[in-house]
Formats: sequence, structure tokens, C-alpha cells
Amino acid sequence: MSSSSSPSDRRLSALARHLSSPAESPVAGVSASITSSDVGSVFSHVVRAPEDPILGVTVAYNKDPSPVKLNLGVGAYRTEEGKPLVLNVVRKAEQQLVNDRSRVKEYLPIVGLAEFNKLSAKLIFGADSPAIQSNRVTTVQCLSGTGSLRVGGEFLARHYHQQIIYIPLPTWGNHPKVFTLAGLSVKTYRYYDPATRGLDFKGLMEDLGSAPSGAVVLLHACAHNPTGVDPSLQQWEQIRQLMRSKKLLPFFDSAYQGFASGSLDKDAQSVRIFVADGGECLVAQSYAKNMGLYGERVGALSIVCKTADVAGKVESQLKLVIRPMYSNPPIHGASIVAAILRDRNLYNEWTIELKAMADRIISMRHQLSDALRARGTPGDWSHIIKQIGMFTFTGLNAKQVAFMTKEYHIYMTADGRISMAGLSSRTVPHLADAIHAAVTRVV
Amino acid sequence: MTVGVNVSRFEGIAMAPPDPILGVSEAFRADTNEKKLNLGVGAYRTEELQPYVLKVVKKAENLMLERGENKEYLPIEGLAAFNKATAELLLGADNPVMKEGRIATVQGLSGTGSLRLASALIERYFPGAKVLISSPTWGNHKNIFNDARVPWSEYRYYDPKTVGLDFEGMVADIKAAPEGSFILLHGCAHNPTGIDPTPEQWEKIADVIQEKNHIPFFDVAYQGFASGSLDQDAASVRLFAARGMEILVAQSYSKNLGLYAERIGAINVVCSSADAAARVKSQLKRLARPMYSNPPVHGARIVANVVGDPALFGEWKAEMELMAGRIKNVRQKLYDSLMAKDKSGKDWSFILKQIGMFSFTGLNKAQSENMTNKWHVYMTKDGRISLAGLSLAKCEYLADAIIDSYHNVS
Repeated sequence: MSSSSSPSDRRLSALARHLSSPAESPVAGVSASITSSDVGSVFSHVVRAPEDPILGVTVAYNKDPSPVKLNLGVGAYRTEEGKPLVLNVVRKAEQQLVNDRSRVKEYLPIVGLAEFNKLSAKLIFGADSPAIQSNRVTTVQCLSGTGSLRVGGEFLARHYHQQIIYIPLPTWGNHPKVFTLAGLSVKTYRYYDPATRGLDFKGLMEDLGSAPSGAVVLLHACAHNPTGVDPSLQQWEQIRQLMRSKKLLPFFDSAYQGFASGSLDKDAQSVRIFVADGGECLVAQSYAKNMGLYGERVGALSIVCKTADVAGKVESQLKLVIRPMYSNPPIHGASIVAAILRDRNLYNEWTIELKAMADRIISMRHQLSDALRARGTPGDWSHIIKQIGMFTFTGLNAKQVAFMTKEYHIYMTADGRISMAGLSSRTVPHLADAIHAAVTRVV
Repeated sequence: MTVGVNVSRFEGIAMAPPDPILGVSEAFRADTNEKKLNLGVGAYRTEELQPYVLKVVKKAENLMLERGENKEYLPIEGLAAFNKATAELLLGADNPVMKEGRIATVQGLSGTGSLRLASALIERYFPGAKVLISSPTWGNHKNIFNDARVPWSEYRYYDPKTVGLDFEGMVADIKAAPEGSFILLHGCAHNPTGIDPTPEQWEKIADVIQEKNHIPFFDVAYQGFASGSLDQDAASVRLFAARGMEILVAQSYSKNLGLYAERIGAINVVCSSADAAARVKSQLKRLARPMYSNPPVHGARIVANVVGDPALFGEWKAEMELMAGRIKNVRQKLYDSLMAKDKSGKDWSFILKQIGMFSFTGLNKAQSENMTNKWHVYMTKDGRISLAGLSLAKCEYLADAIIDSYHNVS
């Protein structure tokens, strides 16, 4: 595209690219809408983007007037009463912060709140982690999980020799977009086996085994989104050995530590066995779910390096990625996290509230499983209790999902994923009825 | 169990240099000399040189806590009440643009994040289009455009001979740019020079931009903070909007509401139709989602609460006038000290003519280094000092430092 072409030439070319290759087009399938009032607008060629597929579920749910409607779309925790939850310990910490007259709102350093970074590293790697003790870990505060993934991806695209990242099939819908825009090329590895509604371990090992040496591999640390299917500890160990032998670089997405099993340490095991072997890895942490800090956008990116010297250089380069993106991260959520993690009492209270959330979800799993068995719903539904975390990959197909939405006002993503966090004892029967009807009447 | 590779995969990575602006504060902190003065980062300080949290902000935060609001994800475009308030603040609630729904507003991560979203929009929808930035400009502008892969070039702005605006150079360079370029303009209180065009000059700048079908791209980081008046400081943007032009505007609440660390701002796109605005907004969302999904709620709620409550809004305007007033007083005292102490007859009045947080002293790199090394005055190497970090009490010391550096160092 020569810089001497006129602006209208460039706009027409951009439009032509969108229309001529719909498969690769960022807005495939959406027609341009150019009205006469746009003549003379420099934005006439900008087409309307479709709603985000996950967030769009809530948009549709909000429009539905039915009193029995159920939102099982977005992964945000709900209480038994169906309400959003702010943890007591978060309220306490926030009260402390607002009442503290010595607090100011000065810019954080580019890498964020230092104490938050240290405590976050300890949380995921373990307080006694040798990697932390030998200063081999650099941790930078980022905007929740998404921001941590993006900054990590941009760093790798600039400084890592192998610019390919392998992501599991399926994975969170935003992953491919994050890494593509970061500048990496995205490939997939087999993960979910629809036949067993479990892990396709053989496929996973084959695909990682045939990846080019040095490729980056995205791993969900626990509570895989959207399937809820996690490798066992033995399987993790085999994955680790394979990856290290092929020099594949692990990039963990840890969005559910403590939220999956109820135990912070248990949910960090996959990450810790990799760090324990002395090798390098990246870890994106989010506090959206486990501390209920969704809208505060709190997270951290850690890069475990071979040496402290390398970690120092890596950190300096991470700053160059962050500064032109948003300069420095937001203080509020990170201050809440630091206040909780540093205080023994608040930390203990947090673990109790966290376990209560995880337990409620596990209880919903059992209730749904029991309800389906009671109805004699055909098929094997044991995956509902085998899967872990916020989501269940029901195995329902798009037609069945559409049926459930139309006839039973159940809102969920078209891939059959339901958020268990959106269920309550009161609404489980309705969902069980809907699944039963879908399975017996729609194929 | 140690299986890993023996050499780091990141072995070849070089240590990056410290940020030229933010690195100044780091150096200041390390200095133990009691006379040290931090005139680096543009963060407001009281006369006691303490950071300042506005009273209205504390009130708003207390209200928010009492209400016990939840912490659910905001929509990708941010808090609706904030987006409405920020657009109205910029253009005026009764502006035809607002009434016709011709503005796309997306909450962004302060000024930087909003500029980055706009840059990503330019890269995707105006491939090959250049952004013209003033010479000099805020040091991070070029980094933002580089990382967003948007080509840029400079237009003349600062005239060292007059320590004023090179208006003819500016207009000539804007005119010479390829048609359909984006022209980055500072809405008020130009950073780093403090030199703003006059209203008449703004008209001429708008003329040449229209003539060349360029797109104005405003960086508004100091609305209300420059003159003390929100409306006055928005005059340049409103002048362009009144001509029916399509405009990009990045806003920040870091300085005018003292919300630095909360990262609250917005990217606004004024379009020729409501339909275009809706389409542009949808595409801005598509760029934000893979960057950070949705923006932080806390700062947005503070702004929405302050602007939305008439009493708080009035209090805010008063506090903003106080901040802008303190800076004007400090400018006066610094000027008076310089004129009293400097026997060379040099005209230091540019300090009074400049506006906003910063003053471009005209000191070069070596002279700026002398300020730091000899006088423990921390500033950026382009000669920029932040008056927000200066107290009346320190003006005489600073004047001594400037006079020494200007006359005795080349």
C-alpha cells in the first residue's frame, strides 16, 4: 500500500479486502452498510462488527421477558440467589483502603504495584519457591488475565525465536485473537474428545510431539475453559517431560486458582511441577474469579527465567511493551489483592470464602447430575461431575442449544458450554428438564 | 528432576533503557541530597510538594463504598454513565454532535490507552495513513504509533529562537502532508512546551486540515487544568466540531481529577452520522477485547459520580481552579525570580506565556544534565520542567539553577 495513494483509494482497498476474502475477514459475514449520509465520511468503509459471541449471550438474555429465563453464558460467579457476589474480605480491604488518609493516586510504576507482584508470584509458585528465592522470576501487574496474555504474547513476538503458539482445541474464544494481534501465529493441539467428553490425551501428546522445537504452548493451569476437562497429575507429568524434551515453551493461563478445587495449592500443581524442573515458562494470572474482582481488571504476568540476570533484562523489555499500551496499570484492584494476601487474617478469610464458592459449584454439579439421573435422561452424564471449575461442556449440539433457548429460555454459548456458577438449587430442575427435552426431542 | 534446557531461551535479550520520563522519578528517589527537586513527571503537587487526592474524589469513593456496588465486568466499551459524561464534558451537553448521536465513545486506559485504541483503529482501517506529530511532543506518542505500526512524521511546532510557536512551519508541514493524514493536536497545554496556538491560529489550522482532507486527532489530557475552565480548555476541539469535521479525541482524567493511577480516559470519534459512529464504536470494541477485554471500573465510577452530581461537579471545578491557580502563581514567582537574578537581560517572559503543567525552559541536553548533576533538579533532557512539582518556596533555588545552567554550560 503506497503512501502516495489517496485516502479514498486506501479506503476502497480496505473495503475490497474485507469483501473479497470473507473467510479471513475480521468481519466475515457482516455486510457493509453505507448510507447516503456517509458520503463524505472517512469512516464509510468501516462495517459494523458482530457482538462478541460470549458477551452477546447476556445481551440476548437481557432482552428476554420470560420469568423462568436462566443465564448460563458468561463465567461470572452468582450466589444461590442468583446475585453477583463481592467477597466480604474484599469489602473489608476496600474499606481499609478508602479510609486510609495516607493513600494517594500517584502513577504506579510501569510494572505495577511491587508488593502485589511479589505476593502474586508467591501465590502461584508457592511461598518457598526456589525460583522466586533465586530472583529468576519477573512478575508484572497487568489487566487481568487478558492483559497478561497480551503483554506476554507481544513480548514473545518481539524477543522469542519461535513465533508460533499452540492453543488447545477448544479454548476460550478470546485466546486466538489475543495472540494473533500480539503478533504470534496460532496453531491448535487436540484436547477435547467429544466421544468421552474428556481429554484426548493421545491426540494432545501426538500434536505437541510433532510441534516444531521451541514452539510456545498455551496450557490452562486448571479448570479448562470451556470444557472443564483437566489432565490428571500423572498426565501433567508426561506433558511436562514431552515439552521439555522438545524445548516447547509453556505459557500457563491461570484464571481459576483456588476456584476449581477449592484449594489454592492444588490448583497450582500443574504450574509448579514445570517450575520445579528448573525450566522457563510464562504464567498469566487473573483475580477476576477467585477474588471476584472482575471489573477491577487485576492480574499478573510472570516469566520464570533461567537466571536472575535474564529475568532483569526480560522485565526491562516488558516495560517497553506496556508503556505504549497503557503506560502503567490501574491501582485499585491490585491494592485490594495486596491487602488481602499480605494479612494473615484476611488471607484466611479469603480461602474460606473461595472454598465456599468452589463448593457451591461442585454442589450444583452433583445436583444437576442427580436431576438428570432422576429423569432417566438418556446418555452418560458423568462428565458433569468429572469436569471441574466454572464451566461444563455438556456435549449438547448447536441445534439442541437453540432449542433450549427457544423453548426453555436457557441462555448459553452455542458450543454447549454452561456456566455452573449461574445455577442454583432452585433452577437446577428447570435446566434438567430442558436438557432432557433437548436430548430426547432434538438430534 | 531437572530436565530443562541449560541456556535461557531469552539469553540474547538486551537490557532496555529506562523510560526517559518515568525514569526521572526513579533517579530522583535514589538521590539523597536534601535540596533535590523533582520536576520530571507531570503529576500535580501541593505547595508542600505532596501528592494531592481531590476532596471530591474522596467523597465519591466514600459514596461508592456506602452504596456497596458490585464488581461485575463492565461492557467492552466501558461504563455507560462515564462515556456519556465524558463526551458531554468534552463537547458540551447541548452540542449538536451529542444530540445527533454522532460520537462514538469508548472508555480507555487513560490517555495512553485511548491513544493506543485510536492508533489500532487507524492501522486497521486507514492502512498506510500517517500520523503527524508536533516537534517536540510527549515522548510516548511515537512509541504508541510505533507499537501500533502506524507510520508517523513530525510537523514543526516549537521555535527555539522565540521559545514560541513556529506557526508558519506548522501550517506548511500540515499542508505538505499526504491527503488524508491524521494530525495529532494537543487540545490545550501542549506537552512538553506549554505553548498553545491562539484561537485565530486554531482557525487557520482547521482551515488547512479541511483543505487537505486531513483528520484532526486531539490529545486532551489537561481539560480544565490548563486555564482552570473546562469550557475554555475545550475550545479548540469544539471549534473543529462546529465545522462539522470528523475528529478523533483521546481524553485523560489523570491530571484534572488527579486519578493518575486509576487509568481513566476515553477515545471519542466524532463522525458525520450516527450510523458511522455506531460502526466505529463496534470496531473499537473489537480492538479492546484482545487487549484487555473490558476496562477497569473504579476510576470510571469516580468520574461518573463527580460529573453526575451537581454539588460534586461544582466542587470539582473549584478544586481544579485552585490547582491551575497554584501553577499560575508558581510561574509568576519563577519569572520574577529569574528576572531579578539574571543580569544578562535575557527575556524570561515565555514562562508566563506558556500554559499548563509544563514549561519548556529552552535548556539543552547538557544544560538539563547540569541541572540534575550540580543542582539536584530532576527534569527531562529536552529541557522540560513540571511546574506542578514546584513550590513557591523553591522558586529562587530553581532560578539560580536555571541561570547557572543556561549561562555557564553549553
